[in-house]
Amino acid sequence: MASTAAVPFWRSAGMTYITYSNICANLVRNCLKEPYKSEAISREKVHFSVTKWADGKPQKPTIRSDTPED
Amino acid sequence: FMEPRPPTPSSLPSKLTVNFVLPYAAELSKAEVDMVIVPATTGQMGILPGHVPTIAELKPGLLSVHEGNDVKKYFISSGFAFVHSNSYADILAVEAVPLDRIDPAQVQKGLSEFTQKLNSASTDLDKAEAQIGVDVHSALNSALTG
Repeated sequence: MASTAAVPFWRSAGMTYITYSNICANLVRNCLKEPYKSEAISREKVHFSVTKWADGKPQKPTIRSDTPED
Repeated sequence: FMEPRPPTPSSLPSKLTVNFVLPYAAELSKAEVDMVIVPATTGQMGILPGHVPTIAELKPGLLSVHEGNDVKKYFISSGFAFVHSNSYADILAVEAVPLDRIDPAQVQKGLSEFTQKLNSASTDLDKAEAQIGVDVHSALNSALTG
């Protein structure tokens, strides 16, 4: 029996729900008036480091950030 | 640490208890209201005390909280609404803004920009992103004008 559940357009284009939700949230934030817009954008800034592992050893970490490195 | 779930009363409660939360703040915490209208993907859904337990995915749109004669409106970007059998409603949204914080000029600009992108989009992913842009901005527009 094939599952015929209707798939949302973003899912059929290969996007996950979380990507869709984050895009919607970013669009709404961009449509805010100041000062709420700058508050919202600064609130959502992220800064993190990702380390991939291979053969039980950590590789070089990459830092992903919204704040410019000075 | 967690409180146990409040029990389901034997007779219909007169008020709906709403927990409206965002990732960074609780907009409403155990607020007793008469009704909330949420923008579910299946359309505007009204939730009254005694509503059947439901899980609803929300689309970008207007959320209104009705208490007596007061109506508070928020625009939410997306999220979920859970209604429990004890007349508690949990509404989770990623972004929720009162309507007076929305800039109408930005909304119009975004709408025309994304409508253009939708027409010129080639890959499925581009089309999907442009479609999301059009959906969100049209919802913002109708929320402001409706």
